[in-house]
Amino acid sequence: MSIFSRNPDPIGPLDYARRFWLRAIVAVTLFFLYAPIVGLIVFSFNDSRRNIVWRGFTTDYYVKLFNNEALMLAFGNSLTIALFTTLFSTVLGALTAYVLWRYRFPGKAIYEGGMALPIVIPEICMGVAMMVFFARIGWPSGMPWPLNLSAITIAHIAFSFPFAAIVIRARLESFNRELAECARDLGANEYRVFRDIVVPHMKPGLIAGALLAFTLSLDDFVITFFTSGPDTVTFPVKIYSMVRFSVTPEVNAASTVLILLTLVVTAFALRMQNRNNMIGNAAH
Amino acid sequence: MENWKRSAQTFWAAFAPPTFWLVTFFIIPLSLIWLYSFSSKTGVIDITLDWNLNQYARALEPLYLGIFWKSIVMATATTAICLVVAFPVAIAIVFSKPNMRMWLLLLVILPFWTNLLIRTYALIAVLRTNGFINNGLEWIVVNADWALSLIGLGDNTIVGPFTPLQLLYNNTAVVFGLVYVSLPFMVLPLYAALDRLDRSYLEASLDLGAGHTRTFFSIVVPLALPGIASGIVITFIPAMGSYLTPDLLGGTDSKMIANVIASQFKQANNWPFGAALSFLLMYATFFALAVRAVLMRKEGRGDVR
Repeated sequence: MSIFSRNPDPIGPLDYARRFWLRAIVAVTLFFLYAPIVGLIVFSFNDSRRNIVWRGFTTDYYVKLFNNEALMLAFGNSLTIALFTTLFSTVLGALTAYVLWRYRFPGKAIYEGGMALPIVIPEICMGVAMMVFFARIGWPSGMPWPLNLSAITIAHIAFSFPFAAIVIRARLESFNRELAECARDLGANEYRVFRDIVVPHMKPGLIAGALLAFTLSLDDFVITFFTSGPDTVTFPVKIYSMVRFSVTPEVNAASTVLILLTLVVTAFALRMQNRNNMIGNAAH
Repeated sequence: MENWKRSAQTFWAAFAPPTFWLVTFFIIPLSLIWLYSFSSKTGVIDITLDWNLNQYARALEPLYLGIFWKSIVMATATTAICLVVAFPVAIAIVFSKPNMRMWLLLLVILPFWTNLLIRTYALIAVLRTNGFINNGLEWIVVNADWALSLIGLGDNTIVGPFTPLQLLYNNTAVVFGLVYVSLPFMVLPLYAALDRLDRSYLEASLDLGAGHTRTFFSIVVPLALPGIASGIVITFIPAMGSYLTPDLLGGTDSKMIANVIASQFKQANNWPFGAALSFLLMYATFFALAVRAVLMRKEGRGDVR
């Protein structure tokens, strides 16, 4: 085909996505976003201590990782905190969403604003506030595991449950209030309506909210950094102390594990939410 | 929605637990900090609440004003770079085919789910003396020299022997890191604003003879203004309060306000002063949010459609 022949599918005036320079910018941006992370993951398999030039494939650093007791302890701490945070945040988030969705009450706008506060204020402010709070009330330290993680868990719940509430409330918007009325007319009491009608409808939202709380807790560094003590190190805090020290393949391997874990959980949450929307759309 | 009095018992059962948690483990800690900001440090660990404004006065000293100013400058630079980069990306996403659009959006948000600490660490590996950029540059220089010496132009004639660039531990590195972590914050609101845009305005503008540049600045930008403002605010706020990025990528002179707050609570052990700085940062955040709320309300009223 001659290069002078007309393009059978010319670029329309609004086909911005097909223009070369826009495509180039998108490609460069995506490269900028992904290259460092991909590099980090690739070099976790690099058979060289200095971590500069590629010297061959190895999984040694993952083996070392799993034999590193301090790191595994931190990992266990992180998972424990995340599990408790998920449990509490989902329940508290569901209750918040339910109250805001169902009721009118005086001062509701202020209440909603208050619930949004943990989401909007800078992390550092919340971190130091939690640190001062636990120091001031003399929260016992040096308790046996897992009670020594309670301060961190409490702080994590405080910033996670408003996020869960938003996700769950979005799900409740698609609920047909007449169903609840109907159940009440047929003699169900408040608790049964909640348990048998509202909660089953909330379920995808509950799961999405729970997964969100889990990743928020697992990923948090700043607030944990200020509430953790020497014997309550979490995975990100441990990685931080390793990062301060130097760039090593172990840190890359540990980071890769955390990236994978978060990705799996989030992908699952996203699927849940998608199904959420599909069910929501089908209901209308 | 029903009045809470209609089923007061259920209301309280659902209302009480989250409210208790929010008040006890969030509002009270913040109030404590707020009280501290009006207190004086009277001993190593003694703090007396005497309702003075000394801590705030100290925050206005040139040193701390300078750090506030530096935080604002870095956050502004970050926001500006993000805006310039995110706009074409958002346009490309909005105007691509629907199934492609979901994938591109997902690709932009995906790094968001990667831990902030890990993303910052990944940048250290890119920027450090032996990092990917410096090694890449060295490779280019060495090979260019080798090629030149092959054709008899002598050794090291281009830039001399390669000296690695100091890319890490300075303000540029901090802004680079902040752009890296906050780009999705800017793309998403821009995408949302451009997605709502009525394309017939663009067609009309192009039909009437305006070029793409003119259409962009006279039609797209004014119509997407609320989205732009929203993107600016939600990029600016976390950048302004960021702790990790300046801590890991910055040098001794790239401390931002969050780093000073942290050092007041950890190393300097001056809680009242740290508390005052925290609240100043929070007031700045609230101010930015208020600006956003006003702009959003304007959008509601002045909708073209």
